[in-house]
Amino acid sequence: MRILALVLALLLSICFSLATIMESWFQSWEGNRATSSTLIGLFLGDSRRLFANHFFVKADSYFHSGYYPTIFDNGQSFEKSHLAENAGAISGANETPEVAFLTAPLDWIDRFGRNFFPSVHTHLDEGGTKGRGNKSESSSERADVREILPWLKISAELDPSRIETYTVAAYWLRTRLGKTREAEELLREGLRTNPHSFAILFELGRVYEENRKDSFHARNIWELALKNWQKTEANKKEPDNFMFEQITVRLAQLEEKDGQFEKAINYWTMAKNVSPDPRAIQERIEEAKQKLKAHFDSKTGPPARSLK
Amino acid sequence: MSRSLEFESKLSMNNVWAISNIVIKELYRRKDFYVLFVLTVVITVLMGAINFFNDDQIARYLKEICLLLIWISSLVIAITTTARQIPAERENRTIYPLMAKPVSRSELILGKFLGSWLACGLALICFYFFFGCVASSREGHWPGMSYFQAAGLHWLALGVVAALTMLGSLVFAAPSSNSTITFVGILGILLVGRHLNKVALQLTEPIRSLVYGFYFAIPHLEFFDVRDLVIHNYPPIPWKIWWGAVFYGFAYGAIFLVAACWVFRRKPLN
Repeated sequence: MRILALVLALLLSICFSLATIMESWFQSWEGNRATSSTLIGLFLGDSRRLFANHFFVKADSYFHSGYYPTIFDNGQSFEKSHLAENAGAISGANETPEVAFLTAPLDWIDRFGRNFFPSVHTHLDEGGTKGRGNKSESSSERADVREILPWLKISAELDPSRIETYTVAAYWLRTRLGKTREAEELLREGLRTNPHSFAILFELGRVYEENRKDSFHARNIWELALKNWQKTEANKKEPDNFMFEQITVRLAQLEEKDGQFEKAINYWTMAKNVSPDPRAIQERIEEAKQKLKAHFDSKTGPPARSLK
Repeated sequence: MSRSLEFESKLSMNNVWAISNIVIKELYRRKDFYVLFVLTVVITVLMGAINFFNDDQIARYLKEICLLLIWISSLVIAITTTARQIPAERENRTIYPLMAKPVSRSELILGKFLGSWLACGLALICFYFFFGCVASSREGHWPGMSYFQAAGLHWLALGVVAALTMLGSLVFAAPSSNSTITFVGILGILLVGRHLNKVALQLTEPIRSLVYGFYFAIPHLEFFDVRDLVIHNYPPIPWKIWWGAVFYGFAYGAIFLVAACWVFRRKPLN
């Protein structure tokens, strides 16, 4: 009995000593989840990023009112999120049309079963299941886009470094739901986690330009976005030319509006180098040059006549 | 008189109803339903309390979570209630005096099944009423026809599940193994059943024919899972299609029940 008590006391002493050594090491350990500020980070650690994409895809599925390919379907037409595409966060269109994933029924069970799940292609911003394929006039029907927001919010919580989530959510918040303040707060939250993100800065600039009608702040933010792009993307093998074109085109339009035609031509030229349609950009350059000439002429007046 | 005629003449609906009444009373005496219902309510209410961008009209995520919980809870109730019916009678040795009364084996099976199925129906009424209240509080409207169709198909699905579990309770050794195997099988059908034909086409013969045969043989419970249509406010299903699914469910339920009666008639009571 005495021996047992002594052994127990020894084990307790060893545990206590180890705890004092391990505690200081644990506090300085990088993988220490206790430093995580959220419950999700605490419980899941880095594996939460795996789920972030799932919830972003869930938002896209909600955008289509549940009409979405499963892992057993041909998902080529949904490789790029239509949600992000419509928000201007990514470029281009999917190669196959959206309806293509649901092919002709293979048998009577397949044909009968299509009555029990969403098998019609719709977009929430076009009325969803009520206004299929038609641009909806009713503001309440267009506001159905709100249904994607919880999944985008969860995706942003799970992976704060996923830029697309912030820009897409902010776009839909400000354009369809009139929630400019919430959109700005979300983008600033994204900037706190991703301070050098040109995409978030670009979207923030759009908030100021399109919603708050504050061109001065928009220009400053877009110029910062351009600077960040040049710092992070310029030396890459495949830089994000889509975002570069977006930023430079917006800056060019802003400068034109403010009568700064030389700056505008400069930005249009930068955009032309990466644009998939350089001819259209060249036309804008020519227009800007003509406006610059007209502006210069109006300032200097008609040329003086020579006296004879 | 042939055995089938003897079977028909001996089948008394009074006995079936009497046995089913006892099963229904068992549902509200046990804690299973109350625990699952309260859990569903608490989780749904907590999820509903989350603020997403100061918008209190977002409803679909809540409907999805609530319906998922309802489906999980109802499957648990259906499988656990049905799985223990016959084994419990055997363990308590009440099956002997029951069989000594003028109650045939088929009436016992049908009575137990009907009781389990009606109990599931009562539970579903509570669940769907709660769901309707939650959804209408957010969306401001109550699509009664869609909810009725969804609840009806859900109840049919539980009938097929209960019939399958009843058959399993006579085939498998213990209620736990029966419940587990049935639950895994049902989950597999709900998740993958619709896609087995596509999987089969990617395989080579003879596996392709096996998988395709299996695809045609299994009860396609995904017909009864119309959650996506309810969540995204689709119009009601055409009644012809809905009744088609109802008859499909009845057919499979009948097949499993007949098989259960046949197995039980050939099994010793101990």
